[in-house]
Amino acid sequence: MNFVALRMLTGDRAKYFGLVFAIAFCTFLLENQTSIFANILKRTASQILDVTDAEVWVMDPQTEYWEQTKSLKDTDLTRVRGVPGVAWAVRLFKGNPVAKTVKGKFAVCFLVGLDDATLAGAPRRMLMGSWQRLREPDSIVIDKAGYVLLFPGEPLELGRNLEMNDHRVTIVGISDASAPFASLPVMHARYSEAVNFLGRERTELSFIIARAGNGVTPRELTARIAAGTALRARTTDEFMWDCIRYYLKNTGIPVNFGITIAVALVVGTVVAGQTFYLFTVENLKQFGALKAMGVPNLRLVGMILLQASSVAALGFALGTGMAATFFEITLNKLATRGIVLMWQCVALTGICILFVVTVASLLSIRRVLVLEPAEVFRG
Amino acid sequence: MSEHALAVSCRQVRKHFGQGETRIDALRGVDFEARFGELSFLVGPSGCGKTTLISVIAGLLDRTAGDLSVLGTAVDALSSKERVLFRRQNVGFVFQQYNLLPSLTAAENVAVPLLAAEIPRREAVARSRVLLARLGLGARVDSLPSTLSGGQQQRVALARALIHEPRLVVCDEPTAALDHASGGAVMDLLSANAVHPDRAVIVVTHDTRVFRYAHSIARMDDGQIVEVSRPNGGVAAGARGVHSPVKEVFA
Repeated sequence: MNFVALRMLTGDRAKYFGLVFAIAFCTFLLENQTSIFANILKRTASQILDVTDAEVWVMDPQTEYWEQTKSLKDTDLTRVRGVPGVAWAVRLFKGNPVAKTVKGKFAVCFLVGLDDATLAGAPRRMLMGSWQRLREPDSIVIDKAGYVLLFPGEPLELGRNLEMNDHRVTIVGISDASAPFASLPVMHARYSEAVNFLGRERTELSFIIARAGNGVTPRELTARIAAGTALRARTTDEFMWDCIRYYLKNTGIPVNFGITIAVALVVGTVVAGQTFYLFTVENLKQFGALKAMGVPNLRLVGMILLQASSVAALGFALGTGMAATFFEITLNKLATRGIVLMWQCVALTGICILFVVTVASLLSIRRVLVLEPAEVFRG
Repeated sequence: MSEHALAVSCRQVRKHFGQGETRIDALRGVDFEARFGELSFLVGPSGCGKTTLISVIAGLLDRTAGDLSVLGTAVDALSSKERVLFRRQNVGFVFQQYNLLPSLTAAENVAVPLLAAEIPRREAVARSRVLLARLGLGARVDSLPSTLSGGQQQRVALARALIHEPRLVVCDEPTAALDHASGGAVMDLLSANAVHPDRAVIVVTHDTRVFRYAHSIARMDDGQIVEVSRPNGGVAAGARGVHSPVKEVFA
């Protein structure tokens, strides 16, 4: 009877494709919106995650997220280094200077100042040049998106100059830095130079990045640093979530996306669920005839579940394919770079679709189970 | 099995729907018999209880009171699971609106009762093709119902009712949606193929044109059998006439 169920499902092509595409578009909308939302939030911590050398971040106790920094004292670095379990700890500067091209094009940038001796925190994904060349005087590494923003329509080229706070700097590398939350160029320089590119303040030490020694977990180390220095210490992962939570709590992003996702969820699932339910209702006469002919309820339930699961699987696969294609197309565009289809969003959407199809199936099954087979005699 | 043995026996069968002010007495003490090897017609005006009666006989509805024996079984005493099995094994249905599955071919539609009995699809369809050929539809076995005429669809429905060789065939207005020629053809086939010494056929109809096929005609009115006649043994027995009292019902 499985064959009969599938033929009933696919017999009316218009209804069948309507059902499949309702689920496909619901899947696409949910996966698309939740993935964009999650990726945008992840962007708030892009520069933290790009510093792959660090396991632990130390900052002022009042610092809540990456953008919000209060300079530490140079002596804080010494104190952190003195905490047992610290393998190494170096300083990291973060500032937002203005970079200007010879042609006068300018942009506010994210400038990350790296420890002069170790260059810990340097971008590891390079498209051109080398981060080791940051040891050259007045050198910077810029990300590709920043380069394109400052030199629109021009080919990637090393050796070009920028002016930052009356300093002429030379591009020695082009990185593939993760896109920041705000679409600003991301630049890396040595700490001693970066502070000059911004303009001197009394203190410039934004963060101390550290790594745990053998036998000490980053989490244990953060506790030790906090206890030993009264500074705030977070693991990379914790700091990332701090940033995400801050934006969730203090911006309208979750509300905007939440509404979109809710609308996608409600409209998509209602349309998909209702379409399937109506499909069963329209086939009640056929189910009634089967019931009269001696097809047991359990078998009819199996037929409905088979219809529901096959249409859900096909719709979900199509929708996921559409979402994957969308992200594949946008992956390498500057504005949307790094925004990918997250497996968690696919799983979450799958659960939603499963829930909707289950509810629609249960409603359909109920209609079939309560159907009196004698109804088939009513013309 | 004797040709005149009782296949269906109803004694004072009652059936009502609803309660209190909304109660409707559909069957009000029906006495009815259908014999093996015969076409038993149930006739009467709309709303008189014919469909309710065949629904009760076929095990699709529970009676409210009375004694009912179908093929020697007290259908009402069966559990719902047993009743489903009983229907699957013993009852064939022909519906007024054919109720063919539109997405299945003629042969596949006919195969449905066999598929329900877990017979492999290939075998079921092969058997269906043979039966359809016997009913004159050998060239249309792979056609969808929408491409068949009303008469052809009803022949497919007839094949579906017979494919699993049931001992009771219940037909609800099998010719109502057909023109005279098609209706006659369907009744010819029904008479030739369904009537069998080990099978009883009950036909509910309004169609006076087909009364000549009946071995017995039970006239219902207001939930009761008001008259039973055995005109002349039906066409299968070689007679073509229609008993005048039945004609009068529709006059």
